[in-house]
Amino acid sequence: MPLVSQNELIGVLNLGARMSEQDYSADDRGLLNTLASQAAPAVRVAQLVREQRERARERERIEQELRVARLIQQTLLPRNLPVLPGWNITPYYQPARAVGGDFYDFIPFPDGRLGVVIGDVTDKGVPAALVMATTRSILRTAAQEERSPGKTLERANDLLFPDIPEKMFVTCFYAILDPASGHLRYANAGHDLPYQRRLAGVTELRATGMPLGAMPGSRYEEKETILARGEHILLYSDGLVEAHNPSYAMFGFPRLETLMGQHADGATLIEFLLAQLNDFTGEGWEQEDDVTLVALQRLTAPGPSGNGHSPSPENQADEPDGGGYMRGGAWRLLNEWSFPSAPGNERLAIAAVNEALGDHLLSPRRREQLASAIAEATMNAMEHGNHYQPELPVMVEALVSDTAVAVRISDEGGLGEGAETPDNYEPPDLAAKLAGLQTPRGWGLFLIKHLVDEMRVSADEKRHTVELIMRLEEPREGEASDHAITHA
Amino acid sequence: MPSRTLEARVRHHRPRIAVIELHGEINGFAEAALNDAYAKATDQQVETILLNFADVDYINSNGIALIVGLLAKARASHTRLLASGLSEHYIEIFTITRLADFMTIFPDEASAIQSDNASSAKESQDDGGDGR
Repeated sequence: MPLVSQNELIGVLNLGARMSEQDYSADDRGLLNTLASQAAPAVRVAQLVREQRERARERERIEQELRVARLIQQTLLPRNLPVLPGWNITPYYQPARAVGGDFYDFIPFPDGRLGVVIGDVTDKGVPAALVMATTRSILRTAAQEERSPGKTLERANDLLFPDIPEKMFVTCFYAILDPASGHLRYANAGHDLPYQRRLAGVTELRATGMPLGAMPGSRYEEKETILARGEHILLYSDGLVEAHNPSYAMFGFPRLETLMGQHADGATLIEFLLAQLNDFTGEGWEQEDDVTLVALQRLTAPGPSGNGHSPSPENQADEPDGGGYMRGGAWRLLNEWSFPSAPGNERLAIAAVNEALGDHLLSPRRREQLASAIAEATMNAMEHGNHYQPELPVMVEALVSDTAVAVRISDEGGLGEGAETPDNYEPPDLAAKLAGLQTPRGWGLFLIKHLVDEMRVSADEKRHTVELIMRLEEPREGEASDHAITHA
Repeated sequence: MPSRTLEARVRHHRPRIAVIELHGEINGFAEAALNDAYAKATDQQVETILLNFADVDYINSNGIALIVGLLAKARASHTRLLASGLSEHYIEIFTITRLADFMTIFPDEASAIQSDNASSAKESQDDGGDGR
């Protein structure tokens, strides 16, 4: 006898032979029909109650799993922010309901530098949280063993790869910040490229490398940049750029880059971006993935320890404390570049600086003078400082103040490397050269000295830096020979 | 900025004058082209070599060193070395380095050759006149 509820067969009443061995009568069949028609809905209700209970248990299990995942993630995110005088560090983390594998971390070093990590595990829930926890520990260990971001990621990948579940990997950007100078060295394991908001615009911090756990033996390109005072960088996860609005349009990288360009204040950048995200997605948005943001801003006024990487041009008289070069005759970083040490690359430095300075700051004659000085200083850096090893870059920065432009050119030579310095510099003598008493070469420093208004040379253990300074005002007659070489 | 490897073409303008037309950049990469051109210019008897820089847009200190090398060779063989077509900026560099003291600089090739004719004539006259 079928049990049917809402035209759906939900069971059968199965009766055996009667004990009297007589057939079922018409009355019996009528009774059974009535019984079946009444039993079917009751059975259906019982089935629904049981399914409901099972679903509730499953939901509870998922919720419990998500609670565990969230707990793991939140326990491991930094509870205290690093305190760096002269810097604002602002993280933001909003997990999706399904909890992705986002994380960020700060790793302080005894010398005052700070490791900054942002990462994303390709999965959700407890498995992602466990991989995130493991990755965080591995990175912390590797960061203590290696002081190079690229090597740290390489080591972390080697440690993670054997144990990471198949088809899971971790994207991760890792940088080491020197708060005193604003120098940031970074490497990237397939993470979304952070943006640097410079005074002159927005640039990506681009370095190549495979996600952690994707391939054994991966190598990670290492790059560097400098955050001038007032500049900031934004690290973020794909939850922001991949957010969709009701029309299924994506928030996207171009929008983020544009917004970075519109908002110069790093302190309120995250609030600004979240408001923009809210406007974009509209009310009732179901967040698809974790949204993680970390903003690092170098403040315009130096903090108590802000002994700065300030260029040392001639307006030190404007700066009795020797710092705070954003004030008064302050210096502004227009742009900076990194060029491989290879013959001919000095032309790239000239072209980059020319583009950054434009053609209205200096007269054509002084632009050419500066260009030749940049060429000579860059060639010296590539040859004497970096010995033409292409993997050792020459860093070039262009700065401007109300009264002058400065171009800073650094190599990896450090103390005692750069062959020509004002101290060991022998002025070339053409007559001696023609007589074979001097080598035909050795014009670089001599030309620089005669082409720019001031040249400053400084060095520490790692870097040798030459600063070329040109006043915006054309020097008056008689001043043109007032060239100076100064040792910082 | 694409670099322009130096090309140097030699013309024997008249007996005893060779013009080396320089096209491109004078940097460390220019050594072979410059030395080959100089050798070609001097494979005939010449009294004067004119370096025409009109199509040179970049000279760095390695290029200056190469020009110093040519000047040393020219002086050793008592060949007059002239320059023409330098931009104001490179005239300044030739002045700073004192190359301008050892090689006369002319605005263009025509004025250099005209002047060389005059000075050759004067030298002939001087040689004949006072026996120096």
